[in-house]
Amino acid sequence: MTDKTVSLPEEGRHGGFIKNNLRNYGMLMSLIAIMLFFQVMTGGTLLQPLNLTNLVLQNSYIVIMALGMLLVIVTGHIDLSVGSVAGFIGAVAALLMVTYKVDYTLAFIACLALGAAIGAAQGYWVAYFKIPSFIVTLAGMLVFKGLALAVLQGQSLGPFPATFQKLSSGFIPEMLPEAGTLHPTSMLIGAVLALGLVYASAKGRSREQSHGIEVEPYAFFLGKSILLACAVLYFTYLIASHRGLPNVLVIMTALIALYGFVTRRTVIGRQIYAVGGNAKAASLSGIKTEWLTFLTFVNMGVLAALAGLVFAARLNTATPKAGLGFELDVIAACFIGGASAYGGVGRVGGAVVGAMIMGVMNNGMSILGIGIDYQQVIKGLVLLGAVCIDVYNQRR
Amino acid sequence: MTAMLEMRNVSKSFAGVQALRDVNFSVHAGQIHALVGENGAGKSTLMKVLSGVYPAGSYEGTIVFEGEERRFRDINDSEALGIIIIHQELALIPLMSIAENIFLSHPPSKFGVIDRDEVYRRTRELLAQVGLKESPDTLITDLGVGKQQLVEIAKALSKRVRMLILDEPTASLNEADSAALLERLMAFREQGIGSILISHKLNEVAKVADHITVLRDGRTVDSIDCHAEPIQEDRIIRSMVNRDMAHRFPERSAKIGEPVMTVENWSVYHPIHPERQVIKNVNFGVKRGEVVGIAGLMGAGRTEFAMSLFGRSWGTNISGHLRLEGREIALPSVAAAIDAGLAYVTEDRKQLGLILADDVRKNITLASLDQVAPGKVIDDIAELKIASDYRNRMRIRCSDVYQETGQLSGGNQQKVVLSKWLMTDPKVLILDEPTRGIDVGAKYEIYCIINELAEAGRGVVVISSEMPELLGICDRICVMNDGAFVGEFNGADATQEKIMRAIMRNERSNSVPEAAEMGGSQP
Repeated sequence: MTDKTVSLPEEGRHGGFIKNNLRNYGMLMSLIAIMLFFQVMTGGTLLQPLNLTNLVLQNSYIVIMALGMLLVIVTGHIDLSVGSVAGFIGAVAALLMVTYKVDYTLAFIACLALGAAIGAAQGYWVAYFKIPSFIVTLAGMLVFKGLALAVLQGQSLGPFPATFQKLSSGFIPEMLPEAGTLHPTSMLIGAVLALGLVYASAKGRSREQSHGIEVEPYAFFLGKSILLACAVLYFTYLIASHRGLPNVLVIMTALIALYGFVTRRTVIGRQIYAVGGNAKAASLSGIKTEWLTFLTFVNMGVLAALAGLVFAARLNTATPKAGLGFELDVIAACFIGGASAYGGVGRVGGAVVGAMIMGVMNNGMSILGIGIDYQQVIKGLVLLGAVCIDVYNQRR
Repeated sequence: MTAMLEMRNVSKSFAGVQALRDVNFSVHAGQIHALVGENGAGKSTLMKVLSGVYPAGSYEGTIVFEGEERRFRDINDSEALGIIIIHQELALIPLMSIAENIFLSHPPSKFGVIDRDEVYRRTRELLAQVGLKESPDTLITDLGVGKQQLVEIAKALSKRVRMLILDEPTASLNEADSAALLERLMAFREQGIGSILISHKLNEVAKVADHITVLRDGRTVDSIDCHAEPIQEDRIIRSMVNRDMAHRFPERSAKIGEPVMTVENWSVYHPIHPERQVIKNVNFGVKRGEVVGIAGLMGAGRTEFAMSLFGRSWGTNISGHLRLEGREIALPSVAAAIDAGLAYVTEDRKQLGLILADDVRKNITLASLDQVAPGKVIDDIAELKIASDYRNRMRIRCSDVYQETGQLSGGNQQKVVLSKWLMTDPKVLILDEPTRGIDVGAKYEIYCIINELAEAGRGVVVISSEMPELLGICDRICVMNDGAFVGEFNGADATQEKIMRAIMRNERSNSVPEAAEMGGSQP
């Protein structure tokens, strides 16, 4: 018998919406607050076009891996090996492209396939052999760190072919006549994106309305849309006034959109959340829980490989130390973004915001000249604090 | 005789919702006081007020225990006075032994080192007191639910207990274990311990209670002194639900058609001990429009049988023939079973039936997402409409379909699980303990749903440990014991006695296998 059945008192509709959305957007507001804080503290350096572009480049691989890690965490698992795998793949890429002069497209595809195979190997033990993912991927972390060293024979290997470097250091080509320092193609893409986002959400809202579904109040919707559009436009304006949209930002945005869609709207996404929410119930509802768990690890392997390639291309060399400790930032990003360590809960948007919070803090503290020692302390405390707030919110 | 416990004019509200209104409740020493009422009537809230879970000040009214007014700040305060509450969900640690569990919080020790001899001596004493014949070393996980319940009581007795509160202690026990537990309760009465028994099982209440208090919507609506007047179950039920329940089971006229599912020579082995045959070459069948009950004691193999049929979700080395609508089919996976038109509604809805953190909508569509997802992309509006539709049809009481299922009452949770399986449009539904832990009103609704399912031409199999329920709703009752069917009755002819006799006869013959064989060989 539970007493929770008593109906909750009716809340003012607007009040209810704001409260619900506060919880959803809580982390986004924290990100904005943190950005404002560093913007002020660094005397405006944080949001300078050059720094912002660097910020994106520096954090792209964390964001990419966070997308995969989110799914792993949602199924109730963890992957500690992603940093080592990224490093290992970078090493293999260097071996292929630099030593054996393999064509970069072929090498790129081979590396992603190798990532998938690594994910499959680890996922097999976790999903079908029921070995705790913590242990399997801890083993994987050691194995691939070792293999990276072996492949590189303890040395750095580079440089990469120029086209491959474009993956990280390239910007989208300028199609339109230049307008001062502003890159019009990038600006155009940003504007189209902003309009597209607003259009999509307006269409969704009116569709719900036409089916008699309760929607958020119009003023709230309007405000949200304007804010969203402005934020996208301002961000693109800043980026466009340096060297335009970096290639990696385009890849990242596409991946975020793809994973957001998969998790929210597709059958497989829904089923992955069900596995994490209650694996036994999911399995008795005809969901292939083992197969899905296996797939999330394969997916993680591919994304770790992609991140490894992006990182290698950025450094333009593969080093045995590449990827060291990445897993910590990636996992922290997911938890800061509201994923539950017990599985079944977590949002793509949250993980991305979590990754950006980590990135902005790294960047901001570096600009302020805070040593690497205290940076770690502060990041650790932020992680703990974010999760505490989340747990507290859920208890209420 | 003055009361040991008196709760006077207790009121409590949560965020504007009145959970208790001016409840008066008293228990004498050596009295078993039964507290009955529908889910949400306020029974648990009242007990939480009594045990200090809701501290003094968070409610109105007074609590007088053993002659003094008490203001408990937390559960430790009430425990110190000997008020011990045993919750419906057992709070034992599975991988620890009985002895370790009993003396978890205050083990007898010398200088901080646990005195093992003393722990074992006292554990044996306590186990003898509750009538549990197990070694103190036995791990909790190796005990059945009935025995675990007794360990909980032994644990309570290890403290100074003056008043024992049992929240649905027999909800998951079979008849024999329930009887044993109630006997213990009556033994405590002799020792002057006051007991409060919260239970949905009115026959048990009638058997042991000295006094019955009925709560409805947070008020005391009836108070019956069992020694002064005869106990009328109908009166209690009427008070509980405020409607006449002369018919505890809905009327139905069965229209039974062709066989829809037949099982022949079905045999299943234990997944962990593969040499143990759990289901022993059984035959079984259900027809269109028929409600078939499977009776039996806990551990008879009923759930195992059902789950082995449902896409081999239990057991190994499964063999036998399964026919759906005359066609023999192999169901290697749950997905295949669902596609073939089989549905299994689990006995354990919280662990196996629902994703408690997910909302009503997601739970309902979980087993048939393809219906709302053309091209594997979920059409959220179609999904919302279907979920709302089931909510209305099944009368699921929730604020909207976005409410978390974990917040719903047992009856409403069960309706969500039923909706999930109805959405798969099954030909045969196997319902395992469909009304466990559900109040009388919701039970009636579940029975009506079962009837509707049968009327729609589906085959319905109901596994239940509550015999009156099977007698009330089934066209045919099969009795399972020790992995085999040992009797079959027409719904009209069956009685509790006949079913029990079938089980007991089989139990006896199992215990002397030679004799049974000899008997079988005679002409």
